[in-house]
Amino acid sequence: MNHDTYSDIYVREILNGVKTIAMVGASPVNVRPSYFAFKYLAERGYDMIPINPGQVGRSLAGKPFVASLRDIDRLIDMVDIFRNSDAAAAVVDDALALNPLPKVIWMQLGVRNDAAAAKAEAAGIKVVMNRCPKIEYGRLSSEISWMGVNSRTLSAKRAPIPTGSFQRMSLNRASISGGSTGAADRAAQDKPK
Amino acid sequence: MTDRQPGFSTLAIHAGAQPDPTTGARATPIYQTTSFVFNDADHAASLFGLQAFGNIYTRIGNPTNAVLEERVAALEGGTAALAVASGHAAQVVALQMLLKPGDEFIAARKLYGGSINQFSHAFKSFGWNVVWADTDDIASFERAVTPHTKAIFIESIANPGGTVTDIEAIAAVARKAGVPLIVDNTLASPYLIRPIDHGADIVLHSLTKFLGGHGNSIGGIIVDAGTFDWSKDGKYPILSEPRPEYHGIRLQETFGNFAFAIACRVLALRDLGPALSPFNAFMILTGIETLPLRMQKHCDNAKAIAEWLAVHPAVAAVNYAGLAGDKYNNLARKYCPKGAGAVFTISLKGGYDAGVKLVSKLQLFSHLANVGDTRSLVIHPASTTHSQLDDAQKTKSGAGPDVVRLSIGIEDKEDLIADLEQALA
Ligand SMILES: Cc1ncc(COP(=O)(O)O)c(C=O)c1O
Repeated sequence: MNHDTYSDIYVREILNGVKTIAMVGASPVNVRPSYFAFKYLAERGYDMIPINPGQVGRSLAGKPFVASLRDIDRLIDMVDIFRNSDAAAAVVDDALALNPLPKVIWMQLGVRNDAAAAKAEAAGIKVVMNRCPKIEYGRLSSEISWMGVNSRTLSAKRAPIPTGSFQRMSLNRASISGGSTGAADRAAQDKPK
Repeated sequence: MTDRQPGFSTLAIHAGAQPDPTTGARATPIYQTTSFVFNDADHAASLFGLQAFGNIYTRIGNPTNAVLEERVAALEGGTAALAVASGHAAQVVALQMLLKPGDEFIAARKLYGGSINQFSHAFKSFGWNVVWADTDDIASFERAVTPHTKAIFIESIANPGGTVTDIEAIAAVARKAGVPLIVDNTLASPYLIRPIDHGADIVLHSLTKFLGGHGNSIGGIIVDAGTFDWSKDGKYPILSEPRPEYHGIRLQETFGNFAFAIACRVLALRDLGPALSPFNAFMILTGIETLPLRMQKHCDNAKAIAEWLAVHPAVAAVNYAGLAGDKYNNLARKYCPKGAGAVFTISLKGGYDAGVKLVSKLQLFSHLANVGDTRSLVIHPASTTHSQLDDAQKTKSGAGPDVVRLSIGIEDKEDLIADLEQALA
């Protein structure tokens, strides 16, 4: 599959379909992007598991760190990789050794490993690369629009309201694409890795 | 219906705006509130720490303003935007994120007179040193680059001369110098020119003009193209280095290709304070819905009137890039084939006095200091907007003593021509 662009339907289905997310490379430092993404996804109801061998014994947003994917005792729907593109290969190998297999392997913004992705896809796993699930959730729910960010979605439908809190928007919002950012996409592709 | 990209008019109406999820309101509500309640202490901490998307206080963000921001970002093809109190506020907010005292930026000499003042005096007092260059001589931009250069600033269509700038040529200079190109796109609006498609990294607007379009609200906006790598060489520490105000987060690392817009919001707007009123945001949003219709009519009227004036015996010259044979006509054909805008200048054979007389005799044209209204407007820059410049600066910025600036509205063009005819008689 083409990993330069993903349809909103593909990403929304993934974010709607997974419940347990293991984040490999999560940091307990509260200014790191992984911390931001972990906390945001936990607040949206995902069962988050932080993985970082150097942090075992500590916890992130109340969840204890585990050393590796092999040390998790429950079913994992998605592995979110916060490591560099080369290191992603070994994480994918670990994920492919899980039984049952995760449904999704997600590599963060700036992380892309096409060979590892091909292996995972051959095993029937859906792959997303070079994206952030926090940004994608924010974009598809339109929460990110509160920050003046172009969500690249349009909707004339009234969105369902998540209950129990203010300032939340539902991922189950009917939308079509609108407002492409071609120059930024090209700049991202040209950027030396 | 997923990957099809909607057209400009659809975005002008829909981008950023969806039915209100709680009330079903279809028009964008005016969230006329200073502040927003938190769910709990944790939610408040997440918002203040920039870990969650949401609203805190209208100086930093407001849901009505956010619709405007997303809409203009979508129309310009940018990743994000920040609306502020005026076009001038947009300029100070954007540049404050790039320059520190002692730094330089290169600016086109042909600019709105207010911008020339802002750069020459207010910015100078901050230690931000403007270096002028000439858009008719691209090499003058190259020569102006020094190790202290932090940005290049141009207008897509320059006010008041209505000249069209070779954005791609200047973008190439900016790329080579490793600095962002900032384009003030006020006079073109994204309907005529989308500077990001031609290499701009940041687009600014005075929303006061064609975007709002009805002469009723002052506003400004900063659009982040998402194209510039702020961390490549340490020149833009506000974006690349840990921010003490936010416990040490690095803005580009955290916000990726919309970091510049976030920096403008959470640092410059938060600290300098020129927030846009949600009421103004609502008025401007309503204006934008008809931008494509209005802008086309503005341009069609302007071309007809420029052609009529060009053969009038009292008129020495018409400087409108939409006229065949104009010095800037080739650039206009390249950058704005739908029209060369609706602001242009004429010079009168009768000089300064003829300019003053024309302005006073016009009946339908309003004599005032604005452009981009539904109404046709007229001004004599030498005695008003550009009066603080010396004669050489006036002439260089296209506002010599014999020059009258017109901003053509969307009335019936026959009525505008009749009015000009009686006033020139
Ligand atoms: C090209 C241009 N840029 C900036 C501005 C300043 O905008 P504002 O008056 O909204 O501060 C103006 C206003 O005339 C303008 O014409």
